[in-house]
Amino acid sequence: MSTAEIERQWTTRLRKRATGHLPPEKLLPDTQPAYVSSWIYVFGVTTLAALMLVILSGIILAIRGPQWWHSSSIGHFVNSTHLWSVEIFFFAMIVHLWGKFFMAAWRGGRSLTWVTGVVTFLASVGTAFTGYVSQTNFDSQWISTQAKDGINATGAGSIFNVLNLGQMLMWHIVLLPLAAVLLTTIHVLMVRVKGVVPPFEEQNGATK
Amino acid sequence: MAYFWSLAALIPLNNYGHYIHWGVIDISLANFIVIVLMIIAFIAALFLPFPGRSRRKESR
Ligand code: HEM
Repeated sequence: MSTAEIERQWTTRLRKRATGHLPPEKLLPDTQPAYVSSWIYVFGVTTLAALMLVILSGIILAIRGPQWWHSSSIGHFVNSTHLWSVEIFFFAMIVHLWGKFFMAAWRGGRSLTWVTGVVTFLASVGTAFTGYVSQTNFDSQWISTQAKDGINATGAGSIFNVLNLGQMLMWHIVLLPLAAVLLTTIHVLMVRVKGVVPPFEEQNGATK
Repeated sequence: MAYFWSLAALIPLNNYGHYIHWGVIDISLANFIVIVLMIIAFIAALFLPFPGRSRRKESR
């Protein structure tokens, strides 16, 4: 194969693009700018850590199933771990969002980071909602019968039926988590590609 | 186990929830408390000193 041919291969082009945008030292940097040493930057990674716990406890719930999580004490424990890591996830995500909003962290070509954040937020709300209606208890029964009127009034009920437990469970444990994890991966990679946004003063070149 | 249940009784969950009614705003007390805690966390994150900050500034 000639060099020109190798250069034209999609694998070669993909590798060059990926390593060009994200060389290893950028993907996992050793240091961060001084302005990153503030508690406000801890909330993004707290969200990430909570998301990992959500997925892990969710996997254990999926392995054992509803009878187990409703009736055994270890099942209750894993169920509670799932719920409380979700609470931490949303708590941290919202403080993170406020932080990025007031930093205007979409500056300098970082709009995709912001937008993937927004869409992840929406996907997470959907995941939480389908989770609440998948509990298979009186709580989920109540929530779904309340929600059906609102959702049916929008017309979405024709393809998204909140009273259909099988469908809601599929959305909760397959489609939406997949979307949330995928979007989060792009989100965090975008932060690595662009680097953390400098404060307004640094951007305008003023000295401290 | 008895200790566990005495702890659980601290927050009675078998009653009706508490709601705050404030003009057009209706919110459960639990949600309101979480929002207040998020605001506190946000303000604290801005003002609490971050460990190691001064050390890192010097080396810059
Ligand atoms: C699954 C939810 C999310 C996760 C796991 C996550 C994670 C992260 C992490 C680890 C960082 C880098 C560290 C930091 O600056 O805190 C970051 C940066 C950022 N996040 Fe998120 N985030 C999430 C949701 C959101 C949401 C909802 C928004 C806003 C709508 C958002 C906007 C941003 C922006 C604009 C940056 C870039 C900051 C910069 O370049 O300096 N994120 N995110």
